[in-house]
Amino acid sequence: MHALIQGVILGILTGGVYALMASGQTLIFGIMKVVNLAQGAMVIMASYLAYQLFTSFGLDPFLAIPVTTVIMFGLGVGVELLFLRPLRREDKSELSLLVTFAVALLIEGFLSVSWGTTYRSINTGYANSSWTVAGYQITVVRFWAFALSLVALGLLFWLLNRTRFGRAVRATVQNPESARLLGVEAQRVSALGFGLGAATAAAAGSVYGLLYPFYSGSHYDLISRLLSIVVLGGLGSVGGAVIAAVIVSTSSAIVAATISPAWSEMTFFVILILVLLIRPQGLFGSVSRGAI
Amino acid sequence: MRVPSILRGGGFVAVLLLLPLLGLQHWFLNLLVFVLMYATMSSAWNLVGGFAGYPSLGHAAFFGIGAYSLALMFKDPVLANGYEPFFVLPVVGLIGALIGWPIALISMRTRADVFAIVTITFLFVVQTLAFNLHDLTGGAQGAALPVPPFPAASFELPFYYVLVLLLCLAMGLTFATMRSKLGLSLVSIRADEDKARGIGVRTTGVKVLAFSVSVGITAMVGGVWAYYEGFIYPQFAVDPLVTIAMVLMTFLGGRGTLWGPVLGAVILEAGQQYLTYQLGAVQLYLIVYALIFLMIILLLPRGILPTIEDRLRQRRRRQRADAATADAALDLTAGSDPVTTDHVDALGGGTT
Repeated sequence: MHALIQGVILGILTGGVYALMASGQTLIFGIMKVVNLAQGAMVIMASYLAYQLFTSFGLDPFLAIPVTTVIMFGLGVGVELLFLRPLRREDKSELSLLVTFAVALLIEGFLSVSWGTTYRSINTGYANSSWTVAGYQITVVRFWAFALSLVALGLLFWLLNRTRFGRAVRATVQNPESARLLGVEAQRVSALGFGLGAATAAAAGSVYGLLYPFYSGSHYDLISRLLSIVVLGGLGSVGGAVIAAVIVSTSSAIVAATISPAWSEMTFFVILILVLLIRPQGLFGSVSRGAI
Repeated sequence: MRVPSILRGGGFVAVLLLLPLLGLQHWFLNLLVFVLMYATMSSAWNLVGGFAGYPSLGHAAFFGIGAYSLALMFKDPVLANGYEPFFVLPVVGLIGALIGWPIALISMRTRADVFAIVTITFLFVVQTLAFNLHDLTGGAQGAALPVPPFPAASFELPFYYVLVLLLCLAMGLTFATMRSKLGLSLVSIRADEDKARGIGVRTTGVKVLAFSVSVGITAMVGGVWAYYEGFIYPQFAVDPLVTIAMVLMTFLGGRGTLWGPVLGAVILEAGQQYLTYQLGAVQLYLIVYALIFLMIILLLPRGILPTIEDRLRQRRRRQRADAATADAALDLTAGSDPVTTDHVDALGGGTT
């Protein structure tokens, strides 16, 4: 029982970070109908940036977030302008899968050339300290990672629900044609939206480097988890992605605590299959013609 | 001008069968073995991804399933003549197809992007299984296959000919599909699945069948690969890059065409081997590969063969238009009207 509750605590705390990564990915899909297979690679790239800032300048990964998000935002906008915009509309959804996968490979190659392929980890002074609350261990890093994710998600929700840009984004997600008719500049929304998705990856990535050791190939593990989460939550639904991230991360932590860590990866897929059998559009997705 | 397909196919097979008689060097035969593997798998992928328009990213999982099936069947390395693993390939294919059936039934409830996501997730799960099921796969330590007792001088040849056979199977199936109601059903699914179902196409049965056949062939290639390599590890047997190679080759050559995937495999596999050889370190090779990948998609989104076909069709139409204009011009001169080029342009617009 103790292991179980410990697993739940761990799962919820980690789930926050996954929620942040997945919210960016599902947002990109909502706006552009593009499944960004490079989201995991962008997270890992941000981890490396945070790592470099920490080792070179001693900058704490949490404080490095403003720097990494700005860099990754720029990268995201660049990827959209250079590689996604030229695609023709009729085969955009198929080709964009390949394009984003190619971008993932490009990032992986760049990271391998720059930092090699050995595992790295960011060892801050507080990396190994933890609090004990009522007999349960809460590591300091995970707690702050969770808190940061909440703040970042809060910012994202504020941006989407309270600003003019957010309204344009939500209009595009609901119905791109009408949004365009109402004067939303679809191309600008796409570029900024992709940048925003990359920025959430950056925020999550800086923290991810504190939680787990990583190398250039780590993005394969990440992307399979992220994809399960966004499909489970319903593609395009940010709220759904957050809830799905917590569900999936908690259940995999429980499996790791009670059965074996080696099998926790499987949890993602089992949940995904069950959901697809019962509700192919995901927990909070709407049925849109062509996508499901 | 147009060569009958039977001649084209026969010529292709004849060239493939006679090629090794030229006394090729080992590195070149090795390259050909890999080109044939990818040509077969891309042709198989084309059945689902090209004709039915279901972009599966999970095919490498079945490549791995085939590889490990063969490894499991030959755990005790007692081979009389070395051809036994080839004879069980149909069984390997059947295993792949049988596993593919329920996977297709579930994942094909979704379409396009979501289908791609579900299949790529399946791929990662199979990789996890390959790492975790130590008793079956040997985990990260890998699994050994019996050593083929072929003479060193002609070591590659048995694999080569078996792969030629598999490629003929894949291309034969593609050809038959293109000429049959099945092919028409698949293409109608790609165009508009709801309408296809509306007019009575049995969409679920057709697409699940195509998927099973496709992954069955992929599994057989996986089996040959495992036997050829002699030792298999989870990260190479179930590798997302294998899936991506199949997809990319099909896209490069031309989706939904008979020869496109083969052409794509020849170009990309040869290019890839050259790059790995030249750039050595895996890292730089990844960057170049990704850049080529991006260029293909951005510059040739429809693939080489469809683009060429389009050009040819346009030129033919233009020639016909030119001929018509010339005729019209002759008629006009006969009527002793002064003809200027403006008139000709107005009649058919042949010069642009």
